[in-house]
Amino acid sequence: MDLIYEPVIVGFLCNWCSYRAADLAGTARLHYAPNMRAIRVMCSGRVEPDLVLKALREGADGVLIAGCHPGECHYIEGNLKALRRYTLLKRVLVQFGIEEQRVQIVWASASEGPLLAKTVDRMTEELRLLGPLRWHEKVLHNGHHPAQTHHIPDELPTRMEV
Amino acid sequence: MPQNGKPKLAMYWAASCGGCEIAVLNIGDKILDVDAIFDLAFWPVAADFKYDDVRGYPDGYIDLCLFNGAIRTSENEEIACLLRQKSKILVAFGSCAYEGCIPALANLTSAEDIFRTAYQTSLSTDNPAGVLPQPVTLLPEGELHLPTFYPAVKSLDQVVKVDYTIPGCPPEPHQIWAVLQAVVGILLHGAEPPPSGSILGAGQVAVCQECLLEKNEKKIERFYRPYEIIPQPGLCLLEQGLVCMGPATRSGCGALCPQVGMGCRGCYGPLDGVEDQGARMLAAIASVISAGAPGEKEEDIEKQINAAVDTLADPAGTFYRFSMAHSLLNRVRINGHNASQGGM
Repeated sequence: MDLIYEPVIVGFLCNWCSYRAADLAGTARLHYAPNMRAIRVMCSGRVEPDLVLKALREGADGVLIAGCHPGECHYIEGNLKALRRYTLLKRVLVQFGIEEQRVQIVWASASEGPLLAKTVDRMTEELRLLGPLRWHEKVLHNGHHPAQTHHIPDELPTRMEV
Repeated sequence: MPQNGKPKLAMYWAASCGGCEIAVLNIGDKILDVDAIFDLAFWPVAADFKYDDVRGYPDGYIDLCLFNGAIRTSENEEIACLLRQKSKILVAFGSCAYEGCIPALANLTSAEDIFRTAYQTSLSTDNPAGVLPQPVTLLPEGELHLPTFYPAVKSLDQVVKVDYTIPGCPPEPHQIWAVLQAVVGILLHGAEPPPSGSILGAGQVAVCQECLLEKNEKKIERFYRPYEIIPQPGLCLLEQGLVCMGPATRSGCGALCPQVGMGCRGCYGPLDGVEDQGARMLAAIASVISAGAPGEKEEDIEKQINAAVDTLADPAGTFYRFSMAHSLLNRVRINGHNASQGGM
């Protein structure tokens, strides 16, 4: 069952810039890694740390937060709030033994489809090198339970409660 | 087993410090009323009972069991299950039983590391043979058994069903008394019990709402540890850069700590509907970091935020000081590349 490891990235994309960047990447038919599960949020500042932690706990190998460039936030400074939380969250995650590359932030404006696609490509490769996270099986059950794989990505959207 | 018709009271400590028992005594001379109303069925700190006494009780014999302490070892879990079986009302009493508290901070390291520190490397340890406690030890006289040390600390509700929770480290005496009165009302006067799973002896709002310190718009350039500055009296501590968990913590204590210049530690746990107290505090505190004036460059903003965050020592231990067992991540990933760098 556990033959191929494909990293699962949960991507929180802001409605005004980065979701449109992803849209542009799609309509421009850019080829990029299919590993990101995009979730549209109104603002990167809406991505509370709980959401990131929940994604990591429930099976994601990494989380990408994407928003407007500083100074271009639709809500003036939501993206700065996101950056502040993200910076502090990473310190906490390191203490929990989660590598820094697993949670990343990127500013991608509505015209930067290629940038977003490249970021997803790069992050996918980085997560491939880090290996699977699988918090439930590898951390919470501490190796006592038989490994189960590939059921998690399918269930993720319903379990995220976003 | 005296048959005097008095309701039976039990209090037990699992992985805890004993502060909860002292908090019960802190209700003052009302402890005599407790003695008059209840019959003690089990209270290892205060009276001589054995586990076998409890095993001999019929199921549901104990009317009210105040269980304090987290679940660290197999003994803690065994007694939790036993007391669940023997108790009508099982209360998670205090932060350890509720959500892990200080003992659960050990979830930021591994059981192996804890043993290594406690039995081998700490300066006060004299253990040349490097002996570590074992669940089973064979001796000429026979087998010796010790409780198993679990890989992580759990809260009481993670091993048995809990009827009610009284938060706090320790719970405030006036809250304990209020809950005891309510329980007496239920047991002796047929009052309607609160819904199962309720949090008793605490408020519904954040500590900030009970706190009398003056609050203004918050902009934090750097954080201070309590010993680094003397806070200006009367002014919100968070505004002065002292970590105060008030915004993410349930009220009920009367905001005692902030009133005396010590930031709220967060011992009453999260507010209703919040799954992860640490994440909420992280969100609250990070969003008021002052960085990113209009027109500043992206790299400069990042630098300012990093500089501010650098001054916050041990963020995981600070934000999850009391709620680690209930946190979303729950424990450290041992094979992670950066594990156990926390302390600072």
